[in-house]
Amino acid sequence: MTELVTEYPDLARPEAFTQQGLGWVPWLLPVAEADLTDEQRDALIEPARAKMPYFRLLARDPEALRARTLTDLDIFFNVTSGVGRAERELAAAATSRYNGCVYCAHVHAAAATRESGREADVQRLLDEGVGADLGDEVWNAVAASSVALAETPLAFDDADVQRLRDAGLDDAEIVDVINGAAFFNWANRLMLSLGEPEVPARRRS
Amino acid sequence: MSQNADIIDLLAGVAPGSALSAIRDQRVQARENAQRSFEALLEPADPGTFPHAERYAVAAFTARLHGFDEATAFYADLLGDEAPELVEAIDAAAADGATRGPYGAYREEGLRGESTEGLRWTADAAVLGERLAAALTHTHLLVFRPREARPTAIRSLVDAGWSADDIVSLSQLVSFLTFQLRAAWGLRVLARSTNGTNATHEGTAA
Repeated sequence: MTELVTEYPDLARPEAFTQQGLGWVPWLLPVAEADLTDEQRDALIEPARAKMPYFRLLARDPEALRARTLTDLDIFFNVTSGVGRAERELAAAATSRYNGCVYCAHVHAAAATRESGREADVQRLLDEGVGADLGDEVWNAVAASSVALAETPLAFDDADVQRLRDAGLDDAEIVDVINGAAFFNWANRLMLSLGEPEVPARRRS
Repeated sequence: MSQNADIIDLLAGVAPGSALSAIRDQRVQARENAQRSFEALLEPADPGTFPHAERYAVAAFTARLHGFDEATAFYADLLGDEAPELVEAIDAAAADGATRGPYGAYREEGLRGESTEGLRWTADAAVLGERLAAALTHTHLLVFRPREARPTAIRSLVDAGWSADDIVSLSQLVSFLTFQLRAAWGLRVLARSTNGTNATHEGTAA
């Protein structure tokens, strides 16, 4: 019988936070691609995700996977009104940096760079942590709010909202920041609890 | 409970027809699928081998760890309807496990200097039973120090009788709740500050 739980004693692990591409390996056995039911395939939303162990693992609870993915896509990619794509990705990256999810941070730091062209500002967040000066008050306020929202017990308060308003965000934009940051508390915990990142072979020295 | 109530609105105190409700409607997929996540993870028609009582117990525990009183009352009510005998034990476990996060040791070599110490809490199996105790121990890990999650944590759940499917559902449940509670809390703070702004204006006009 195939073992349910896998450890990777010789995995090529990342050393720190990075914007460079990482892989992810599951600790718990994913559904084999050939064994995916129609319901599970439907829950992947994007057929290419059948190749990815993370999504085939989450497919063990297809209803939860489907709802999770549709929530994610709308929060991050529905750009009718609201805050820009770069600021949503920044909220995700700052949350991931603070919670300590190296995998999520690399995906969304790279996306924030792609959307904004501000690679050096994004890299400072990864290198120095969530206290880094990200170059302007909008970005600093978005990162600070994301960090406050990541704390347990919940610590986000009136001063965080006021700082976002003072930086020029309206209520719809603030809702996008709250949702983007809140969602990454979900994503971070799935990626951190079900597996770990690895440095792909092409990048190993 | 009402099947139609939007749980995030309910926990946030956002009324139908309000300005914030209209803003939420601009992300209708996010709104509807956050609700479907609640239904899939807390109230599935077929809960399989992960019964509703355990789901509500995890949720009541998680809400209280977050210090969100309205959510704590909401999930304690659901638990009270399903398994009243667990309410007090869950409340006591959450009080015992209360701390402040995120914290924990990094696995990555270059981040060891950022590792922070904190409570490593274990639920009492003598009070809660081995299976639910394992779930609460895992929940505490995920809520406060997710960066310390390791394969051994999954093995502990397997040893306590959790199937692979149910471990994924448990991980989704706790992780989803950390989103839901923050989304609702953020909206509640925003609504309060919006009302506060309006009240100030009205006060000035008067």
